[in-house]
Formats: sequence, C-alpha cells, structure tokens
Amino acid sequence: MDYLSIASIFCAAFAVSFGALGPALAEGRAVAAAMDAIARQPEAGNTISRTLFVGLAMIETTAIYCLVIALLLLFANPLLG
Amino acid sequence: MDSPLDSVALFHIGPVAITQAILTTWAIMAVLVLGAYLLSRNLVLMPSKRQAALELIVSTIDIQIRETTGAEPAPYRGFIGTLFLFILVANWSSLLPGVEPPTATLETDAALAVLVFLSVIWFGVRGTGWGGYFRSFAAPNPVMIPLNMMESITRVFSMFVRLFGNVMSGVFVIGIVASLAGLLVPIPLMALDLLTGLVQAYIFAVLAMVFISATVEDGRPETADADPSTPSREMER
Repeated sequence: MDYLSIASIFCAAFAVSFGALGPALAEGRAVAAAMDAIARQPEAGNTISRTLFVGLAMIETTAIYCLVIALLLLFANPLLG
Repeated sequence: MDSPLDSVALFHIGPVAITQAILTTWAIMAVLVLGAYLLSRNLVLMPSKRQAALELIVSTIDIQIRETTGAEPAPYRGFIGTLFLFILVANWSSLLPGVEPPTATLETDAALAVLVFLSVIWFGVRGTGWGGYFRSFAAPNPVMIPLNMMESITRVFSMFVRLFGNVMSGVFVIGIVASLAGLLVPIPLMALDLLTGLVQAYIFAVLAMVFISATVEDGRPETADADPSTPSREMER
C-alpha cells in the first residue's frame, strides 16, 4: 500500500470526524433554542418543530458533504487511478 | 464492499445498461401514475373516504406551498407535488426487502436536480417573460450578476448532493450494521431512515418551490412593487 492510499484513508477519517463536530454543536444549539421557544410559547410548537426539522436537515447536510468527500476519497479517488 | 458511488448494470437492452435503480424508478413511476389514474377516475362533489384522503394530500401540499412562499399554489401544485411524492415513495421503497431506493444513486438525484434547474427557468420565464427572468439575476443590484449566475448552478448541485448523501448514507449504514449484527439490530436505524426520507423529500420540494418563487418574485418589474404604496402617499398629501 503506497503513501497516497494511506493518506487518503487518514484524510477520509479526518473529514468525517471533523465534519461531524461542527454540525453536532450546531444541532445541539438549534434544538436547545427550539426547546426554549416551545417552552415559552407551546401553541407555536407545530410551526417551530417543522422549521426545526428543516433546519436540522440543512445543518446535517454539511456533515453529509464531508461524508461524500470521504467516500470519494475511499471509493472513487481520482489520484489512485 | 461495493462502492456506493457506482451502480452495477443488471442487464443490457441494446447499448443501454439497465441498473437496479432504473427498474425501481420505472416501477415507482408506474405505481404512482396508475394509482393516480385509478384513484382519481370518478371524482364526485360529496367525497367518499378514498377521495377525502386524496384531497387531504393535495390540500396539504397546497398549504405548504402557500405557507413557505406565499405564492398561489395552482401553477406549482403539479410539479412540486409530484416531486415530493416521487422522492417520498423512492426513499421509502427501501422498506421492501431487496429494494434499494433509487435516490441512493447519483443518477436519479442528478436527474431530479436538473429537473429543478430547468423548472426554475420554465416558471421564471412563464411568470415574468424572458426579460423578467434575466432581470432576476440582477436582483438586489447588478453587481450580484456573476454571483447569482453561479448560485443558480451551485444551489441545484447542493440539493443533489444533499439528497444523495442523506439517502445513500442511510442505506450504507444499514448495510454495515446488518453485516455486523444481522437480525433485528438495524430496525431502529431503519425507523430513523423513514424520518430522514420524509424530511429530505419535504426539503427537496420546499427548496425547489423557494427557488422558483424567488426567481418569479425577483423578475417582477419595479413598478409592480411600488403600486400599493402610491395611493397611500397621495392620501397623505
């Protein structure tokens, strides 16, 4: 196994792990803010949770991008041929 | 392990390679079209249970379109509703044993994203004409033209990667867990996958609607916006 494939594997692992950090923190903040809002205003719960779900999926997308990059590195690496 | 990025051809019809995703897509299309035809064949004024359920679906889509963009749903109902229903059925088709959702392959998602890209042009041109469509690129001010042109492509690309990544990662994770633990263990993940599939279908449809209505809104001539304020100004004088 040459250096290029070892580097690819390490980079894929780093991409997923660091790519998961940011979205995890952001989703925690979003959920906390939504809980706060629902506790203050329970009658707006429907709208808040719908917007929350869409927002969470948007935030999660950044992690998914990192996953796609990692899979590209592992399975479709253009440098490895 | 198979790469989730390429798809394997099952058989060939002439030069055309047929993959599992194509078969599933056509099956879903047949089910949706036949179902829509059979279920809506004899509509009556006093709805039966079946028709009430159908009307519930349509009115929910209408409400969502109106709430998210404020646009009148009639011209968009068909496209946005079909997009939502197709992606939803495609995402949930993984419930059938042996079926991999077609949205977990690059080609299906790319085709859907291209559809959204073309429909933005179509609805933009139909709403405000070619002039209005081109004016929508200079929306806040003409400095933004290069950015807006780039955005019209990148936002569609990000929709495509978002749908692909979410569905594919669900399938991938379930495959890994099933190969490690086997029976019953992947079930909670599959339940989570159902939620992801629903949310992703909703997001895809809502984003398509937002892009379309933003293009139509930006393409409107300035005078149309100023109209409601003119009478009030005269009244103040």
